[in-house]
Amino acid sequence: MIWWKRSSSSLLSVRGCRRFVDRLLGGAGLLSALLGASLVIWMLGFVLVESWPALQQIGPLRFLTDTAWYPTLGRFGMWPMVVATVVVTIGSVVVTTPVALGSAVYLRFYAPPVLAGLYRRVLWVLAGVPSVVYGWWGITALVPMIGRFSPFGFGHSLLAGVLVLSIMTLPLAALTVDTALGAVPRDYLAAAAALGLGRRAVAWQVAVPLAWRGVLAGVLLQTARAIGETMAVLMVCGNVVQLPVSLFAPVRLLTANIALEMGYATQLHRSALFVSGLWLLVLAAVLVWAAQRLERECT
Amino acid sequence: MARCGVGMRSRSAACRFWVVGLLAAVALSGCVRGRDDGHGKAHAASTHRDASPSRLIITGSSTLAPLVAEIARRFEQLHPDVRIEVQTGGSSRGIRDVSTGAADIAMVSRDLDESERDLTAIPIARDGVCLLIHKNNPVTSLTDEQVIGIYTGKIRHWEEVGGLPQPIVVVSKAAGRATLEVFCQYFRLREDQIRADIIIGDNQEGLKAVANHTGAIGYVSLGAAEYEAQRGLPIKLLPSRGVPATTDRLADGSFPISRTLNLVTRGEPSGWASRFISYCCSEHVHDLVEAFFFVPVVR
Repeated sequence: MIWWKRSSSSLLSVRGCRRFVDRLLGGAGLLSALLGASLVIWMLGFVLVESWPALQQIGPLRFLTDTAWYPTLGRFGMWPMVVATVVVTIGSVVVTTPVALGSAVYLRFYAPPVLAGLYRRVLWVLAGVPSVVYGWWGITALVPMIGRFSPFGFGHSLLAGVLVLSIMTLPLAALTVDTALGAVPRDYLAAAAALGLGRRAVAWQVAVPLAWRGVLAGVLLQTARAIGETMAVLMVCGNVVQLPVSLFAPVRLLTANIALEMGYATQLHRSALFVSGLWLLVLAAVLVWAAQRLERECT
Repeated sequence: MARCGVGMRSRSAACRFWVVGLLAAVALSGCVRGRDDGHGKAHAASTHRDASPSRLIITGSSTLAPLVAEIARRFEQLHPDVRIEVQTGGSSRGIRDVSTGAADIAMVSRDLDESERDLTAIPIARDGVCLLIHKNNPVTSLTDEQVIGIYTGKIRHWEEVGGLPQPIVVVSKAAGRATLEVFCQYFRLREDQIRADIIIGDNQEGLKAVANHTGAIGYVSLGAAEYEAQRGLPIKLLPSRGVPATTDRLADGSFPISRTLNLVTRGEPSGWASRFISYCCSEHVHDLVEAFFFVPVVR
């Protein structure tokens, strides 16, 4: 600022310089935006092009109507995997959301500041742990534990998938909700307290409803991560292609399907795996659409 | 009002991004298609071959491809004036390419049949699959019929085959894996007859699944299983038709669940193809063959 005032004698050249910098920054911004957009569209185009042979030769309907998934034998039933993906994702959201909300409210309104700071740092670390580590923990600790209760005698199951995903997505969800609660103007909270509301009422009836959009964002973020998660679910879900008939039954998710068979698939089988990818894109699109609907109705 | 104006502007800008992005994507996906769609490589490559005579094209089995690619890398270091391209697509594609002259050498993970008499097959390695159970399982052997019964879901408890009163957890492989192919071929099973409880991808996951469940039965590459059992993983390798599952028995050809991995040429190999094939059979590559859990063929 000082520099700008001092050189006001050569106003014109400074203005020219600023305009140039502006243009440069604008151009760089445009370029990176273009790069981002074209990468997304390229990927979409790529998945479409790669899955085209399967869609054309097998037909999109057979991915739903075929009774089983034996791609090397020409049977391409993908429906159980779509259902399993949706069920596991919803399951993990149902488990995570209340816990994330509860822990964020505790952090903001109940915890002593030192403990809150420490806890927040732990959450950051947990949020950064790679999914394969959670998967490893799942397969060595969680799966044997579930195996003890399971009527089938082994722990690779829908339940294991839901729990591992929940634990994975919890830190990030709790942090997002915590940030949303922190963004509620202090005046509102002070006013509510001045009106004689207790801590519980301030937290649950003033802060949480005000932070609703942030909470929603946290939930959606974790849903998106849950849908896209591959390694952890591949390791603990058992990967049998069947409708999720029981919490203890093994299931295969769309992401795991791609990861399991990609390296060895050829021709139509390979193309059918790209259809799994297409399904995931459809699920993600539905999620975004639902999020926008929800947000519009909330505001 | 002002807000509305901003919104409109950013919308039109966003619109421009998408249009440009779409154009970029079309161009990029065009590139991708033009370059290769994963299966048309050999034909493009065959034209290369005419341009430079010291280029070897090898296509075929995805079981053999990683090994042959490693051997090729070593061979290229010894002979800098030869370039070797290794492409997968299955044994049948290898045979087709060699017959039409699109490839110099085919990788074929089975024996040649009657109609392929005009081709020459040279075995470079053997690949075996063995059944394994948990170390604490008292069962010491299973007949082929019992294995078929277990894998088709007719035998569901270890008691039925002389074991402890616990359910059998059937571990099988994902579609497209060579191990699954060998297993199905030996036991004359079709993939869709197998009733699995846990489906795994690579050998390591299979070993882990069996080591974690006292009631489990699985099958993996013999070399990998022997290696892990020697290192103390709680697994037991089951003999097949009375022949113990060891790499020695695999090497001398007496272990039944196995197959020969061949390099195939049209007529007798000559020139670089001949030199490369003799290199593949030589002792210089035994360490690589063993690293992929195959057994070198000693001639």
